[in-house]
Amino acid sequence: MSDPRSQIREFVVQNFLFGENGDMTDDASFLAQGIIDSTGVLELVSHIEKTYGIRVRDEELTPDNLDSINAVVAYVERKLEEKGWVMVDG
Amino acid sequence: MVLAFFSVGLNTPGSGTVKAPGNHSLDLDPGNECSRIAHWLRRVLATTLRRRGVVVGVSGGVDSAVTATLATQALGKERVLVLLMPERHSSPETLDLSRLVAERLGVRVVAEDITGVLEALGFYRRYEAAVHQVIPEFGSGWSSKLVTSGVAAGRPYPVFSVIARAPNGLEVRQRLPVEVYLEIVAATNFKQRTRKMFEYYHADRLNYAVAGTPNRLEYDQGFFVKNGDGAADLKPIAHLYKTQVYQLAEYLDVPEEIRKRPPTSDTYSMSQGQDEFFFGLPFEQMDLCLYGKNEGLEARVVAEAARLTPEQVQAVWADIDRKRSGTRYLHMAPLLLHTL
Repeated sequence: MSDPRSQIREFVVQNFLFGENGDMTDDASFLAQGIIDSTGVLELVSHIEKTYGIRVRDEELTPDNLDSINAVVAYVERKLEEKGWVMVDG
Repeated sequence: MVLAFFSVGLNTPGSGTVKAPGNHSLDLDPGNECSRIAHWLRRVLATTLRRRGVVVGVSGGVDSAVTATLATQALGKERVLVLLMPERHSSPETLDLSRLVAERLGVRVVAEDITGVLEALGFYRRYEAAVHQVIPEFGSGWSSKLVTSGVAAGRPYPVFSVIARAPNGLEVRQRLPVEVYLEIVAATNFKQRTRKMFEYYHADRLNYAVAGTPNRLEYDQGFFVKNGDGAADLKPIAHLYKTQVYQLAEYLDVPEEIRKRPPTSDTYSMSQGQDEFFFGLPFEQMDLCLYGKNEGLEARVVAEAARLTPEQVQAVWADIDRKRSGTRYLHMAPLLLHTL
């Protein structure tokens, strides 16, 4: 199993960019780069909820949590820690 | 920037009189504007479209009422066909107000109840099944609508929810997962596409053009269904802000019941304001924000006029950009690999 960062990056690249990730960095803003629109955010949230078994609350739907690979990884890790889970790489 | 605000004298159904920001104005000369549109309508029908009149789908709202009235004044009542296309979820008021417009104009009217077509398409079944996924109790006798969080609430990402009302009046609200949201929107779009199919049927048999009825806010922000209400041969009021459409409505003596009616989508079985689903703010404020953005005004100037904070105006402007970007494909013709 790949690490969470790789999983999330793979989802974004495959689902939104059809595998053509170009030079998207982990801190690139999804909104500023035009990678994810409002429906895309819903898809990202659905993926996170299903993959990691977490519930994204309305007030957590913010760019701070969801607007880059780094932001999503940090958010998911924080949510899993709240549940007492630890993400294991490898 | 001159900060002397002045009224444009609009009495709109929302927050009353609207002020334009700075030394700018949303005010227009209704007589001149009607003449300009009338001249344009006659010219494009005669020389570009080569059609003998127009079909207008009338919904009971101010945009379609103004469009039908402008067309009638420009072309004569014998060259305008008004279509009424209610379905099971339409409010009774919609049909009454639509008939009122047509009767006042003296134009031909055809009513096409699209309920049977929607049933054959499976719309009602598909819609109910989609809502049932998030509200298991949803079923016969319930009504519902789609709503979104307001951008003025500071949320850059929309939260789409369904609100359903039980026969006993109890209301339930559930946030929608993406699959259910898309299913509800896709099913509901049958309504706009079915209506457009009837508009083109009548336009074809009469050798008429189809007039679309979006205002500037809707056109700019992509608040329409591709190949549904977005489809038309001409759009006579797409350059006018909603508040300007109300000015024309008053000048054209559109029935007061229609001018006083808050804008609704008339798409869901529960009454749904446009600001609940798409714009996030009442149209008076959206108009001012869009106008200010288009005119390059400062956020603080727009904020004062729109009774928002500068931060809220900036958030609305960011949302305008996002919607422009997200709905750009709705305006596009099919893409080709290269120009032919």
